[in-house]
Formats: sequence, C-alpha cells, structure tokens
Amino acid sequence: MKRHLLEAADLDRADATLVLDTAGQIESALAGREVKKLPTLRGRTVVNLFYEDSTRTRISFELAAKRLSADVINFSAKGSSVSKGESLKDTALTLEAMGSDAIVIRHQASGAPHRLAQWVKGSVVNAGDGTHEHPTQALLDAYTIRQRLGRLDGVRVVLVGDVLHSRVARSNVWLLSTLGAQVTLVAPPTLLPVGVGSWPVQVSYDLDAVLSKADVVMMLRVQAERMNASFFPSAREYSRRYGLDARRMAVLPDDAIVMHPGPMNRGMEIAAEVADSARSTIVDQVGNGVSVRMAVLYLLLGGAPE
Amino acid sequence: MTMSSELPAPPPTEPAAGGPPPLLSADDVARVVDRIAHQLIERAASASPAGASDGGLADLVLVGIPTRGAPLARRLAARIEAFSGTAVDVGTVDITLYRDDLRLRGVRALEDTRLPGAGVDGRLVVLVDDVLFSGRSVRAALDALRDLGRPRAVQLAVLVDRGHRELPIRADYVGKNVPTSRTQSVKVHLAEVDGLDEVLLTEGADA
Repeated sequence: MKRHLLEAADLDRADATLVLDTAGQIESALAGREVKKLPTLRGRTVVNLFYEDSTRTRISFELAAKRLSADVINFSAKGSSVSKGESLKDTALTLEAMGSDAIVIRHQASGAPHRLAQWVKGSVVNAGDGTHEHPTQALLDAYTIRQRLGRLDGVRVVLVGDVLHSRVARSNVWLLSTLGAQVTLVAPPTLLPVGVGSWPVQVSYDLDAVLSKADVVMMLRVQAERMNASFFPSAREYSRRYGLDARRMAVLPDDAIVMHPGPMNRGMEIAAEVADSARSTIVDQVGNGVSVRMAVLYLLLGGAPE
Repeated sequence: MTMSSELPAPPPTEPAAGGPPPLLSADDVARVVDRIAHQLIERAASASPAGASDGGLADLVLVGIPTRGAPLARRLAARIEAFSGTAVDVGTVDITLYRDDLRLRGVRALEDTRLPGAGVDGRLVVLVDDVLFSGRSVRAALDALRDLGRPRAVQLAVLVDRGHRELPIRADYVGKNVPTSRTQSVKVHLAEVDGLDEVLLTEGADA
C-alpha cells in the first residue's frame, strides 16, 4: 500500500484485494463480541478534517478509528479558524504540529487531498473531494458486492445517474475495473463527463436496455446542490427515464442487487419500495463502511513508520 | 466413531537433502500430537465432576493461533475425538491486531478469527501454537481472549518450547523442549500449510 489513499487508482488489484480481505477479517474478529474494540492503533491520532457536510462518512471514519483505539479529532470548517480565513495548508500544519498521524479529509475542491499530501508527513485519506473521488466508498461498495455475490471478477455493474458530479461514480469505475468487474454507465448525455470515452466503461442512455443483464445496479444521488444548469428538463422526467422503480426492479436477474451510496432521494432516483426491498444493500453498505475504513486505517497506520 | 477426515495422512518422511536432521520428523510430530491429545483428555477427566459422560471434554475449546497453531488445534481435536469418541470445539484467534510490535516492521496481513458458536464463556480454553519463544504471541492471544469472553481457565499447548521467555508465561502441554540460542531459529512445517510435517533448527535468527 502507498502511504496515502487519495484515489482509487492508488490501489492495484493486490492492494485492493488486501483491503477487502482485511476488512473481512476485522469483521470476523469483531463478530458477536460484546467489546467491539481492538487495541491496534492505541496512541495514534486520526483527524477528521471535514470542509463539507457529511453524516455517514464522518461518523463511519470516527467509529472505525475509535474501534481501533486511535484518538479521534473531529474538525469541521464551520465554527473553526477557517471562518477567519485560515488556509487549508495552515490548518493542516497546525493539526500535524499537534501530533496527528493521519488526516481524513473531505473538501469541496477536487484535488485538495493531493495538495494536503504534499504538505504533511502523516497519511492522508480522501473522504470525498469535490467531483473527483471518494475511494473508501468504492471500497465498501466492492466489499458489499463481494459479500452478496461472492465474487467481483466478471460482475456486471450498472451505474445510473449523475456521473458528471459524482465522486462515488469515478472511484467505483476505477476500483471496480481494477478488480475485474464490467461497468456500464447510464445517464442523460448532459450528466456524463467530457472524456468518458477514455474510461474503462460502456455507456448507455437507456436504462431499460441494460437492466436485464445487470448483476449490480448502483443508483447515484441526484445532487440538487450541484444542479446549477439545466441538466434535465424536470425531476419528473428524470425519475421516469432514470429512476429505479418496482417495475424496473422486476426486470433484474434473480440474484441481482440494488445499491445506493446515500443519502437517497426517495421517489427521485430510487423508489421507496426498491430501497426497502430484499435486493437493496443500502443498510449493509453503511455497516460495511466501518469495517472497510478500519481496514484502510490499519493498513496505513498499523505498521512501522517509514 | 470414525476419525475426523480433517486428520491429514502423514507424508512420507524424507530428510532434507544435505541439511541437518530435523528436530522432529513427520512421525515425531504425529506422536507428539497424540501425546498432547491424551494429556488433554486426562486433565479434562480429572477436572470434571465424577461420572460426567463426556469426560469433561464438552467444556474444552481448542483455540489455535494462526498461522500454524490453527491446523495444530484441528489435529489435536481430531485425535481427541479418535481416542475418546467425543468431539471438541475448535477455533482460531488472530492476534495480529493485539501485537505489541506492530510498529517495529511493515504492516502485517491479518488472518482468520473463528470461534465455535458456543463461545468461550465459562469454558476451558487451551491456546495452541507451534513455537513458544518470547511469550509475546501468547500475551497477545490472552488480550484477544479477554475481549472475546470470559473463559473459566486458559491453558497453553505448544509443539516446541525453545526458551528465551521475555514474559512470565509457561506452557501447560509441551511437545518438545529444545534448548536454543537466540541466533538460531526454529521452523515448524505442517502439511496443511507447508506440504509436509517437520521441525527444523537452523542457524540465523528469525526474520
């Protein structure tokens, strides 16, 4: 493993498999225990540096670090010196001077974790940067697919929705193809990024045409906060063409699963009855997120410092 | 009662070409495992209330420390079942996340942790490992056990005790005591992991 986890491409197939295997072993080590805590990272400090709002990712990282007995500092830009104009670099150097061993960063600017990694001595984990990447989300998605279907190699994954703004989609495309899955993107042309032709994916504009051959359908959130141009005519039209409802779910092969990284817009990209169905792995994904992030923190911080 | 199919057939004994003879040959390993299995049965019987139909073995859980303690624990369980007719619970506990030397070398891959469904609470846990050396692995295993439940008692069975303890820990069942120097290393090979059974003493400290 490299010292930082900044994007899915930082992991080759062996590294990615190691993270998933480690997560599985941590899960089995903690299964059924009363004391869900391991002493592994005692005395190490993990800073959650969050410039953007987040519920599940921040809590998931916090829980992961605490279950490994690391000390956790939660920093959100609101109510900090950032509002007095302190730069990312100065904030990071301040945190490191106080002894942080790893910084988990979420930032609205794509590439912020890469800059941060050049300034600090500890490890940097990207917890979502702008519209760029969110590698631990892709890892927990891959872990969930492997858990449900027993494999990743050759699995047909359909990613549906706002690929243009989705860091989850980018990380999943790279990680899943590293792990041997076949990814198909489905979106209105306005919500596909320029240059998608060079990605290791197939592209379709017709959801109904690909559903019957999908092992995994991953719905992306329609990001209302980034819908600053007329990407589609209306929410209703989007929902009709690209939303996953019960009728479309019925077309899926018998053992296919439905995923969503959350937070969901029920009734928009995913119908409530689909989100709550037995095919849905949405709750599993959240639980698996803690195991996968424990694995990442262990693999980055658990050995000898370089 | 048939013998468990997990018991591997002893591989043909072939002394390593040119090297010194092994500390324990495949036959020796099989004999040592049998002897420890008998000792476990006797101790369990003497500790159980008179007339207990299972000879106290229902209380026993063999917990292997990966890598090679895990197949050793399974072998012991198979031999106990062969000798006594009673199946005993087996598990493994990976100690990596409890080690005190994690920061002394690169990050280590984890191994499986699996406990029997009945857990360890109130039972006699026998930790099983291949080599007892500094005692630090056993300390880590004791810490891991403490998080997994509250056994009635914990004992330790090892294939080889090579001395040089750094902690106040001793084994209850020892296959072979081997006086060694710190510059030597004891290599245990087991069929399940290495393709053959043997124990070697080589010059040059462990990596």
